[in-house]
Amino acid sequence: MALLQIAEPGLSAAPHQHRLAVGIDLGTTNSLVATVRNGISTVLNDVHGCAILPSVVRYCADGSTHVGHAAQLMQSEDPHNTIVSVKRFMGRGMKDVGEVGNLPYRFVDAPGMLQLRTAAGVKSPVEVSADILKVLRQRAELSLGGELVGAVITVPAYFDDAQRQATKDAAKLAGINVLRLLNEPTAAAIAYGLDNAAEGVYAVYDLGGGTFDISILRLSKGVFEVLATNGDSALGGDDFDHRIYCGVLEKAGLSALSAHDTRLLLTHARTAKEQLTDHAQTQITAVLGGGELVDLTLTREEFYAMTQNLVTRTLQATRRALRDAKLAVSDIKGVVMVGGSTRMPQVQHAVGELFEQTPLNNLDPDKVVALGAAIQANVLAGNRSGDDWLLLDVIPLSLGLETMGGLVEKVIPRNSAIPSARAQEFTTYKDGQTAMSIHVVQGERELVSDCRSLAKFELRGIPPMVAGSARIRVTFQVDADGLLSVSAREAVSGTEANIVVKPSYGLSDEEITRMLQESTQHARDDMLARALREQQTEAAQLLEAVENALQQDGDALLDAATQARIRSSMDALREVITGSDHQTIKRSVEALNLATTEFAQRRMDQSVKSALAGHKLSELE
Amino acid sequence: MSITLTENAAKHVQNFLTKRGKGVGLRVGVRTSGCSGMAYKLEFADAADSEDLQFESHGVTVLVDQQSLPYINGMELDYTREGLNEGFKFNNPNVKDSCGCGESFKV
Repeated sequence: MALLQIAEPGLSAAPHQHRLAVGIDLGTTNSLVATVRNGISTVLNDVHGCAILPSVVRYCADGSTHVGHAAQLMQSEDPHNTIVSVKRFMGRGMKDVGEVGNLPYRFVDAPGMLQLRTAAGVKSPVEVSADILKVLRQRAELSLGGELVGAVITVPAYFDDAQRQATKDAAKLAGINVLRLLNEPTAAAIAYGLDNAAEGVYAVYDLGGGTFDISILRLSKGVFEVLATNGDSALGGDDFDHRIYCGVLEKAGLSALSAHDTRLLLTHARTAKEQLTDHAQTQITAVLGGGELVDLTLTREEFYAMTQNLVTRTLQATRRALRDAKLAVSDIKGVVMVGGSTRMPQVQHAVGELFEQTPLNNLDPDKVVALGAAIQANVLAGNRSGDDWLLLDVIPLSLGLETMGGLVEKVIPRNSAIPSARAQEFTTYKDGQTAMSIHVVQGERELVSDCRSLAKFELRGIPPMVAGSARIRVTFQVDADGLLSVSAREAVSGTEANIVVKPSYGLSDEEITRMLQESTQHARDDMLARALREQQTEAAQLLEAVENALQQDGDALLDAATQARIRSSMDALREVITGSDHQTIKRSVEALNLATTEFAQRRMDQSVKSALAGHKLSELE
Repeated sequence: MSITLTENAAKHVQNFLTKRGKGVGLRVGVRTSGCSGMAYKLEFADAADSEDLQFESHGVTVLVDQQSLPYINGMELDYTREGLNEGFKFNNPNVKDSCGCGESFKV
C-alpha cells in the first residue's frame, strides 16, 4: 500500500484528489493567475480568453466596482476613481510616496497607510488589491470548478514586512488562503529552473510595471538558493511611460494639465512605448480636454535617449547584487528576463552587454512569475509529496537589536536564507539589574539611530545578579513568509518574553534602498562612531565602578593624596567622555585604570581577608 | 481494542511533533472516500475530542474516533522507506481488499 504522511488537522487529502491551488502574480500593472494542470503550469484565462488582468480598479458612484480591462478603458475618462498601479501604495504612508502631484488621485493621509477617496467612498490600497484578487479567485474557481485550497502570491524581493503584511491582508479580504508569499524572481526561477532543468548560477532581471528586482540565484539538483537580491522599488515600465509623457509635454510646450489629460497622455505614452518595441518610430496623437491637439512623432533613438538613465539605474543595482553575492559577470550562466518591460529592445541589449550573453526569454516574461508561483502552490497544497524541493529565500536587511550605547548587534545578517532562526546571548550591564529592554532593529548601519526600529519589548523578572553574570538568550525567528518573531529568555530563572513583529505600515522601499546605500557610503563613519560609543560605554562603566568603590572603601584603604589623584583622573575622564575622539577617551580610561590598580589590589586583598577571617586553613581544603 | 505504533514509527511521530512545535498526539481514523470505499486519515491532533478513544504506544498518544475504530482495530502503524519514499504504513488486519494504489481499502 501507499505510504502516508501526517497531515495538519482536517487537511488529510482524499485519495486521488487534486487540491486546487493557484499561483498569483499580483503585479503593479498586470495581474495573473496560474495553476498546475496535469503536471504542467498554465495561466488561467478569463471568459474572453484573456490571461492578463490589468491591475486597475474603478469605483463608481452607484457602488459598483470594475476591475481589469473595463476599468482600464475608463482610465482617462474617470481618473479620480480609477486606481492604477495600487501596488505602489501598499503598506506605504503619504510621506513615502513621492511625486504625489503627478498622480490624479485624491489621497487621504491616514495613520500608517495612505487611502484614496473615490466615488464609492474612501478605499485603502489593501481593499483595492483585494478587489483585484477577488476577480482572480473567481476566475480560478470558475475555470477549475471548485473551491481553492489556497494560493501562493508573489511579492517583489524588496517588499518589507509592512508591505508583505498588507499583501496578506488583501488576500484575506479577498477570501484567499495564502499558502506562502514568494519573491517574484524566485518564482521566475522556479518556472525556468524546473521546466528547463538547467543547473548553475542565474541572474533574474525583473523589470515590471512599477518595480525593478535583480536576484542572483543558484540552481543545483532542484534546489534554489537566493544568493543576493537588489533592486529599486520605484522603477518600472511606468517610469518609461512617464519619460515619454514628460518628453511630449516639453515638445508640445504644454504645462499644468488636468487629471484627465495627464491620464490620457500617459495612456498614449504607454502605447507609444509598446509600438517602439517593433517599430522604429511611432505617432502620438491626442486631443486634450481644452481642445489642443497633440500630434508628434517619437523615434526609437529619442526614446532610448530619454530613458537611458533609467536603464543605467537597473544596471547599477545589478552590479550591487553581484557584489553582494561575491560573483563576477563571468560566473553567471544565464540571465532570466521577467516582466513586460524587458521586451524593450534597449533593455535586452543593455542587459546582454552587461552579462556578455544573450538573456533568456523563451518563456513569456509577463507570465513567468505566475507560472512559477503555481508550481510552488501545487507543492504546498500537498499535490506532490515525496519529491518536495527545498526553497530558500533571503532577508533583505539585517535584523538585530540595540546594545548599550545605542549600538546595533546584528543577529541575522542580510541575505540570510529564510526560514531562519538564530539565537545570541546577552547579559546585564549593571549590578542587580532585573529588567532588560529589547529593541529590535532592521538595517545595515552600526548605530541604532540610523536603523529602522521594528519593535520594543521588556524582559522582566531577571534575578538580581552581578553585572555580566546573567545569561539572556535572545532568539530571532523569521518564518517562510519573511515575518519576524523575537523571544528572550533568562537562563537561570527561565523568565521569558516575546514579540511577533507586525510593524506598522510605514517603511518605504526607497528607504530600504537608501539604508543599504548609506551603509556602504558610511562604512568608515560608522566604524568610528562605533569605536567612540564603545569607548564611551566602557568609560561610563569604569567611572561608575570606581565611584562605588571609593564610597565603600576609599577612606579605609587609601590616604587622602591617593584619593585626590584618583578623583582628578576621574574628572579628566569625565571631561573627555562627551568628546568625539575615541582615542582621547581611551587614553583617559587607561590613565584611570592605572591610577586605580593599587586600590583594586587592596580591595581584593581585603575581601579575601574578610572571607578567610575566622577560618582555619584546614576548613578550606 | 488497540492501535499500536512500531518503535520506529513512534520515533518519527515524536520528531514530527517536535518539529511542528505543537500538538498532543496523532489522530488516526477512516472516512468513506476513494475508489475502494474507505480511506485512512492521518493527522496531527491539537486536542482530544470527548468521543475520542486514546491509546498510548511508545510514548505517543494515538487518538481514534469511535466510528473509525471497528475498521482499524488491531492495526499497527509502521514507518518505512520504500525506494525513494518514506512514510507511514498501515498494517490493518481488517482489510479485505484495497485499490491498486493502496490509498483506499475495503473491509
